[in-house]
Amino acid sequence: MLASSSIKAALIGLSALTAAHVLTPAPDESGTVRIRAASIAYREAGEFLHHGTPVNGPLRDITLDAPLTIMRNQVTRGEYDQCVAAGACPVLDKAGDADRPVTGVNYDDAVAYADWLSAKTGERWRLPTDREWALAAGSRYKDDAYTEISDPDNPSKRWIATYTAESRGQEKVDSRPMPTGHFGINEHGLADLSGNVWEWTSTCYIRHHVKPDGQTQVSENCGVRVAEGSHRALMVGFIRDPKAGACSVGIPPANLGIRLVRDEGGLRRWLGL
Amino acid sequence: MLSLRKALCGAASVALLMAAPIHADESHNPTVHAKAQADMTIGLPRVKAKLVAPPNVMDHDQIAKGGPKVVQFTMKIEEKEIVIDGAGTTFQAMTFDGSMPGPTMVVHEGDYVELTLINPDTNSMPHNIDFHAATGALGGAQLTLINPGEQATLRFKATKIGAFVYHCAPPGMIPWHVVSGMSGTIMVLPRDGLKDEKGKPIHYDRAYTIGEFDLYVPKDANGKYKDYESAGDSYADTVEVMKGLVPTHVVFNGAVGALTGAKAMTAKVGETVLFIHSTANRDTRPHLIGGHGDYVWERGKFVNAPEKGLETWFVAGGSAGVATYTFHQPGIYAYVNHNLIEAAELGATAHVKVEGDWNNDLMQQVTPPGPITIN
Repeated sequence: MLASSSIKAALIGLSALTAAHVLTPAPDESGTVRIRAASIAYREAGEFLHHGTPVNGPLRDITLDAPLTIMRNQVTRGEYDQCVAAGACPVLDKAGDADRPVTGVNYDDAVAYADWLSAKTGERWRLPTDREWALAAGSRYKDDAYTEISDPDNPSKRWIATYTAESRGQEKVDSRPMPTGHFGINEHGLADLSGNVWEWTSTCYIRHHVKPDGQTQVSENCGVRVAEGSHRALMVGFIRDPKAGACSVGIPPANLGIRLVRDEGGLRRWLGL
Repeated sequence: MLSLRKALCGAASVALLMAAPIHADESHNPTVHAKAQADMTIGLPRVKAKLVAPPNVMDHDQIAKGGPKVVQFTMKIEEKEIVIDGAGTTFQAMTFDGSMPGPTMVVHEGDYVELTLINPDTNSMPHNIDFHAATGALGGAQLTLINPGEQATLRFKATKIGAFVYHCAPPGMIPWHVVSGMSGTIMVLPRDGLKDEKGKPIHYDRAYTIGEFDLYVPKDANGKYKDYESAGDSYADTVEVMKGLVPTHVVFNGAVGALTGAKAMTAKVGETVLFIHSTANRDTRPHLIGGHGDYVWERGKFVNAPEKGLETWFVAGGSAGVATYTFHQPGIYAYVNHNLIEAAELGATAHVKVEGDWNNDLMQQVTPPGPITIN
């Protein structure tokens, strides 16, 4: 899945490259933020089993190993609709204000937008990994370990503790998209992180199982991706309206939207030219 | 607003004057000729019941102590705006005592239910109450129609045992008042308590009452749910949606999530829980995911033997069903309307948080999820 989308991106990129002289300029530099250094206590994304019992993922201090260029704002509905007008992005289900963050996008919509923007600008735009998102979010990143409780003899203790913690954090959220900047700026100058629009990442759902024999078994499902916001959500890729796609127990994100990172060195470097 | 309120009150006055002889054999006040009869309640003990908001049920004896009593209740009707889902959709609710459903009343067979119904002058509409448990006068509705600023007291003898719906039934506007929130349950217990088909007593450790509501919220041209200033303002649009018979929300206790999260019901392993499930307008089919109905009075009437060991039970619109379940395993249970579209998409989901020791004999994860190893 990843491979095929990379190939697709590369093809779009190549066709853009051949038409280099008609490339439109990159978005105004003020539209992105270049984070040179960042570190954070990061909880590895995914599901973790220890000898068959659910446990929290490892919590590690991580740092940015290279500068990260990321959109200051979430992609707006107006920007997304330009991609739709160009025939490169799917039409969305509901109307929205052009100057507010785009919502109601699924993973494929987000990737299509990144590919279109890359082709349009001759730069390499893509979704952040969960790790990149967390580093950029900084103080807005939230550890999703709700409880340390893990009892091999009574699985219900963890279910109940998680349920209780989740419901404690459950606030009535106004899900209507707000004007850019409504949810404030973080320490890196990024706007609206962890507001009412969750952002797709490229990180797949991964299950790690440390088995009794000491071996770690990893299984990956890229049909489900991490969406980041005020809590980490595992979302089926084709879901546009998270309220309709959540499990019977647990809190769905309010909305799904897009914020992209731009690879350094542009398309030429990315293609190894 | 004022003129609309006046108009509605005017309509009520007309209805009162006309005495609404819906049934030819019942005059407006069938008790006027009853003056010569002896008052059978003279000398009976009178007790004041303390109603509580659902899902809780008022304190009560499962087996009656002593002889019949007059149990006195007071309920205040409250028209108010509520929020019915996570998206902030507003709803012009009409309620008994401020809650959807109204509080669950509990008495024993042979007791007299004496209800003082109050319609404060802050309300805009006439209201009344129809007890499915009562005999005569449209369940009491004909004797309790009160305008804002009025109150009335009704007494009826609880001769039928079971859980019964009560609801508002004002002339000409019955369905609208009911789907706006005006229903609840009265449970009339046998004096010697609940029993199985062999007469063996059934005891419960706690009781919860769930009221299921089908709501019909109008939308604007853009498909957005409309907000209204008052119940009266919402009337015309709402009736149009109602007539389509497709609810926009199907909820327990007045709102999506009213019985989940911090408001989830609770129990402990080993406890027996009595679930009362009322649905004043529309059929439903309660199901406890991961559990069962040990003893179920699907139609809620204790004169019939309970069904046993059900997976899902049927509660007809306009009735209340009763089920008991003894929890054997801890965890989060979902209590749903097992039309799962209504449960998951429209709101009819509650949770029960059950604490206790896990029983490996009943269930065990033999192998956690992992790659397929069987060809």
